[in-house]
Parts: sequence; structure tokens; C-alpha cells
Amino acid sequence: MELSGGEILIQALKEEEVEFIFGYPGGAVLHIYDAIYQQNSIKHILVRHEQGATHAADGYARATGKPGVVLVTSGPGATNAVTGIATAFMDSIPMVILTGQVTSRFIGSDAFQEVDCIGITRPCVKHNFLVESLESLSDTLKKAFHVATTGRPGPVVVDIPKDFTAPGVKTEFDYSVPVEMRSYSPPTTGHPGQIRKAVDLIMSAKRPMIYSGGGVVLGDASESFREFCRKLSYPVTNTLMGLGAFPATDKQFVGMLGMHGTYEANMAMHGCDVLIAVGARFDDRVTGEVKRFCPNAQIVHIDVDPASISKTVTVDIPIVGDVGQVLEAMNRQIEEADREIDRAAIDLWWSEIEKWRGTNCLQYDKSDSVIKPQYVVEKLYEVTKGDAYLTSDVGQHQMWAAQFYHFDKPRRWINSGGLGTMGFGLPAAIGVQLAFPDEIVACITGEASIQMCIQELSTCLQYDLPIKIINLNNRYMGMVRQWQEFSYEKRYSHSYMDALPDFVRLTESYGHVGMLIDKPGDVESAMQEAFAMKDKLVFLDFITDQTENVYPMIEAGKGQDEMRLHPAQNRELA
Amino acid sequence: MRHVIAVLLENESGALSRVAGLFSARGYNIESLTVAPTHDPTMSRMTIVTYGTERVVEQITKQLNKLVDVVRLTDLTESHFLEREIMLIKLRAVEQSRSEIKRVADIFRGRILDVTETSYIVEMTGDAEKLDAFMKSVGKDNIIEVVRSGATGIARGEKSLRI
Ligand SMILES: Cc1ncc(C[n+]2csc(CCOP(=O)(O)OP(=O)(O)O)c2C)c(N)n1
Ligand SMILES: [Mg+2]
Repeated sequence: MELSGGEILIQALKEEEVEFIFGYPGGAVLHIYDAIYQQNSIKHILVRHEQGATHAADGYARATGKPGVVLVTSGPGATNAVTGIATAFMDSIPMVILTGQVTSRFIGSDAFQEVDCIGITRPCVKHNFLVESLESLSDTLKKAFHVATTGRPGPVVVDIPKDFTAPGVKTEFDYSVPVEMRSYSPPTTGHPGQIRKAVDLIMSAKRPMIYSGGGVVLGDASESFREFCRKLSYPVTNTLMGLGAFPATDKQFVGMLGMHGTYEANMAMHGCDVLIAVGARFDDRVTGEVKRFCPNAQIVHIDVDPASISKTVTVDIPIVGDVGQVLEAMNRQIEEADREIDRAAIDLWWSEIEKWRGTNCLQYDKSDSVIKPQYVVEKLYEVTKGDAYLTSDVGQHQMWAAQFYHFDKPRRWINSGGLGTMGFGLPAAIGVQLAFPDEIVACITGEASIQMCIQELSTCLQYDLPIKIINLNNRYMGMVRQWQEFSYEKRYSHSYMDALPDFVRLTESYGHVGMLIDKPGDVESAMQEAFAMKDKLVFLDFITDQTENVYPMIEAGKGQDEMRLHPAQNRELA
Repeated sequence: MRHVIAVLLENESGALSRVAGLFSARGYNIESLTVAPTHDPTMSRMTIVTYGTERVVEQITKQLNKLVDVVRLTDLTESHFLEREIMLIKLRAVEQSRSEIKRVADIFRGRILDVTETSYIVEMTGDAEKLDAFMKSVGKDNIIEVVRSGATGIARGEKSLRI
């Protein structure tokens, strides 16, 4: 079949079973837009800013596990997409970003809207391709999807010069040719010897700890992970990226770990003798001071990316492979093992953990007069029965959501963990709601973050997306203010959000429903009312306590066992 | 410790900048980097000389391996290997230093490629240490210009880096 470049692109996306393209047109991609116009199997979602397109595709990918697809023009279209590409890269999200490029013979001439897209995106993609001819377009697209979705997933940019999509020029299209890349072969099964050694160590533990990250979610390995945890009945903690891999409402779950994790999770990490790290990368927000990290532990680390192993923390038994496959092999071996777990020791360990849990580290001062942000998240959890897809922006609200919304399923908690990109929440929710039109999708945000991609309210109207926006409006860049309070003697330099818009009227002007809630007594009823509006986007502007802080906290340079607790708890402990 | 890493990579535009970018983005040291196509024109061979703790060098090889354009690599320093670098050096050669420089170049098995009334250009191959030693012997004051290729390396014996 002879097709033009634009048609090849559409056909390739169809072959990849792409449902949505998140994009924004411009000169270099006009041929492609013309091809999009002439078909109706793939739906194009027109955003209002290219950053929005990348986050929306990213949210779609995180919620579904399928690659998100973005289409932007050259120059400013590509540069606007960079933040979203970097966000996806840091969290290993499979995406294919198609960027227009100037006509091939003009490359390098500072042509109108030319940027070196390959150069600019190189450090924040898994890989990128500059399409070199019309003939190589289809093969390049196939490679891009292959690289984006296999091994440790990640964003892949395909930069397409305008002339290769021109309608008049055609070439043979055959997508059935298998991808051949001698320089790319992601690992699959783990080394059997290493697995055997690991199982032996794991079963001999007296104070074990299971620590899992985004890899379990992205690798769709939650089922085997749960089986693994339940067979062992060892304490389980998840990273910010790993929430939902193990049910948060299960007694075996000791909460999130890390900077704003629970006291019990961090203390158990510090005290463990065997640490089982699954699809996690020992991020600095997790380890605290590395020198004090799990001082007595022998560490087993399962990860699909060999470069993640012993990067920041040296491990004893590394296993490189697909997390799900490795866990299944381990589950079989635990079943068949002739050795017994030392249950008495484990019970003793649990009783120690229960003592830490008794600290009730997520306690906060309740109030009848001012809305506590934690209270809003608690009510959100109740009203949505813990079953919403919750996207988040970045700041205190993100941490409260992670602490107080108890995720029982994977792929429900959608946030920018690695890059910490403010502006992520709303566009990400667009991607999720499109993927799951009948599910509840909420975006938790702050008055600062929401303004970074607020223009996407318009996209939500165009595509009838009934997202519920939970704005924890503390009139501060709360997370920044908190650090300034703790580390800069309350010199609140530029963390005050002055001249805020009237969010209710702003939302209304975009054609949605806005609600202002400033009394604790109204929180629940407002939420009931909002979630009852099944086909409306509702912006709930909660005026919250301005000076609330996120506790507990591992401050910079401190170890896991040196958490700063809520002041009230310090009073109690004293 | 100093490590010499040999890399086979796709002979594609942008492959070199991926490697160079990796070193600068992750703050790895780089002493020299050479690259040219091999007998298989679809592939380039690169020799990277770097130094760092064992842990850092392990990360370097892992991160290099992760680059999609990298086909295969080996840390040559893990076993016996040959290392050669070529240097072209323009030296001031006047009066009595003329013969002295010629003599030193002979000792180091250098070849004189170009002669004028006041200068020589000497070609020399060897490992980095030898080239350094030659420059030291002729003395800083006599050196007008130096160009070095950076090290190329290959494993001795049966061991090989190929696909
Ligand atoms: C794009 C971007 N710029 C700056 C930051 C640094 N930053 C982290 S949290 C934060 C404040 C967020 O304020 P808000 O959205 O109101 O959330 P709150 O902490 O008040 O809940 C800032 C500025 C960031 N993470 N992302
Ligand atoms: Mg705020």
C-alpha cells in the first residue's frame, strides 16, 4: 500500500491501537493535522498548551498502562512540551511524543520555528529519533513504541521534518516488519541463582521489610506482589510512586515511607535486618541521609533497570529482571521451600512496629472554625469510597493526599513524584477521565499549582470531562512556606500567593461549576453535592488553614529514625 | 582508578552526543574519547578513558549500556589490553637543540614528518605515559604545538568486542 507520511503516521498509530492523540497544531505538523482530519478512528484531543498535552498523555498512560501519544509542532511547540517529557522521564512513563520539524533541507539554517529538538530533549527521554526519510518513518515509529513500552518504560521523541509528511509524496507502508534493534534488548527474567539466594535470605529474616516503588505499578505486578507479601506476612511500605501496589487499608501495610512517610514505616526501615526493595530506586526523598539508611540491613533489590542497582545504596543481592516475573518465581520458591520462616521473630518484630504505629503520626489538630486540609482529604476519601482516580499537583496537598487517601488499587494515584512538576494535576486528570469516562476522577491541587495549567479548564469543557478539582487553598505555596518556617526562621520569601483570582468565577467563565467552601461544617456536604454532578466539572475551592504543616517529616540531612513529629505528638511523648 | 572502556555503537547521527551528554549530565570524568567507524560501516568503535571509584565506573558502564545506541561495551582495564595513542608534535629545533631533539625522538621511536630551519614535526604512537614522557624529555620550552588523538584500546589475545 502506497501512503503519504501523514497517512503512514495515522496507520502506524492505528496499528499501535492508539485511542487518543493529545496535541496542538502548527506549521510543521499541518500535513499531519490534515491526515488526522480525514480519518475518525483516532481521536485528537486539542489542549490549550503543549505542556498540557504531555501531562494529559502521561496521565492516560499512568492510568491505563498504555503509551500516551503527543503531537506538537516544531520550535515553541516542542519546547513547551519539554517539561512534560521530563516529568514522564523521571517517573518512567511510556509515551511517544511526535514533534514537527522544519523541512529537512532547512535543518540547521535557523529556519522559522526551528529548534534542535533532538538536542533539547536528549537528556530527558529514554530515546529520541530524527526521521531521516519518508521510507524510514514507519520503522522509526514502530521502534519508538517498542522502546517506550518495554524494559524500564519512558518517553520517546520522534522528530519529523515537514517534507516527510507531505500529501503528494508516497511510499510503501508495511507495519508487519518486526522491530530489529541489536543495540536494545531489555532484560526479562531474573537470574535463577540470584533469585534462589534472595529467597533464602528473605526467609531467614527476623526483622524484614518490604519496600516497593513505582516499578510494581508500572510493571503491572501488583497481583504477584500482593501474593508475595501475603505469603511472607512481612511489613510492607510503598513509595510515593508505589501507592496502591499493596492495599493501603490492609493491616500489613505500614504506610508510605520517606520524607513525609509514616513514623512506623521509616522506623521499621531503619531497624530492619533484611530489606526487600521491589521496583524502587532509593530516591533521596526515600532514603533520607544515605549514610544512615537501613544500617543493619542486607538488601535484596529487584529492578528491571541494571543502572538502578547500587546507584545510591549498595545492595547485597541484585536481581535484574521484570518485577512480575521475578516475584512469580519467588512465590513458587517460597511455596516449595523446605525452610521455615521464623514466625516467633516476625511476631516480635510486628509488636515493635505496632508500638511505632501507636504514635499515630498522622494526627492533626482538628478545628471547628478553620478547614484543615487533612480533613478535606479524609472527606474526599469517604465521599468517593476510596475508589477515585486521584491526580495531584505538587506541594503540601500532594503529601496530604498520599497520606490520607488510602489507595487500595494500583494506577489510581497519579502524581509527578520524580520531577515534582506543578501544573501536572489538571491535564493529567484529562488523560485519565478520557480513558475512564465513567469513573470518578479528582484532581487535588493548591492555589499555586493549579494556576500553572489552568488554561486546560477550556479543554475540559470542549470534551465534557466531569473532573472534580479539589483546591486546598491556603494562600501560600505551602510546601515552600513550610521549609522557610523550619529552615529560614520564618522568612517567607515570595511564597505568598497574592492577588489570587476568584476561582469560582474563573471556573464559571470557563463554563464549569465553581464552589467556595470556607467552613469545616460545609466540607462534606459540598463534596456530596459536587460528586453528585456526574456530568459537570466542579472546582471546589476550599479555604484552608494557612499555616498547617505536613508531618511527620525527615528534614534535610536527617536519617530515617530522626523524624520530626507533629508538635502535639512531641508534647505527648515528652 | 583509570579505566579504558571500549564501546561499539550504532554509526548514527547523534550517537556521539548521547555519550558525551551522558558524561556531562552525570558529572563523570572524561580524560579522552576517540571514535571512528569500524570495518562494519554501520558501527563505530569508541574508546573512553575515564577515572573514578569502582562504584562510579560501574555506574558509567551501566549508564552507557542503557543508551539505546550502544550495542556492546567492555571495560578493557579488567584484563590485559593494548592502548595506543598517536601524537603529532611541533617542536622548536634550532642550533644545538636540533640534534638533541632528533636524538630524543629516535630513542622514543618517533618519526620526523616535517622539517624546517627552525622546527620539526614528530609523529609518535604509544600509550599515554610514553607520550607524556617524550614531552617531558624535550622540555616545555621546545614545544610549539601538540595534537593527540586520545587513547584507542583493544583486548589482548582471544578476547574481543564484536557482535
Ligand atoms: C514548576 C514548579 N515550580 C516550582 C516548584 C517548587 N515548589 C514545590 S511545592 C511549591 C508550592 C506549591 O504551592 P501550592 O500549589 O499552593 O501547594 P501547597 O504546598 O500550598 O499545598 C513550589 C513552588 C515546583 N515543584 N514546580
Ligand atoms: Mg497553596
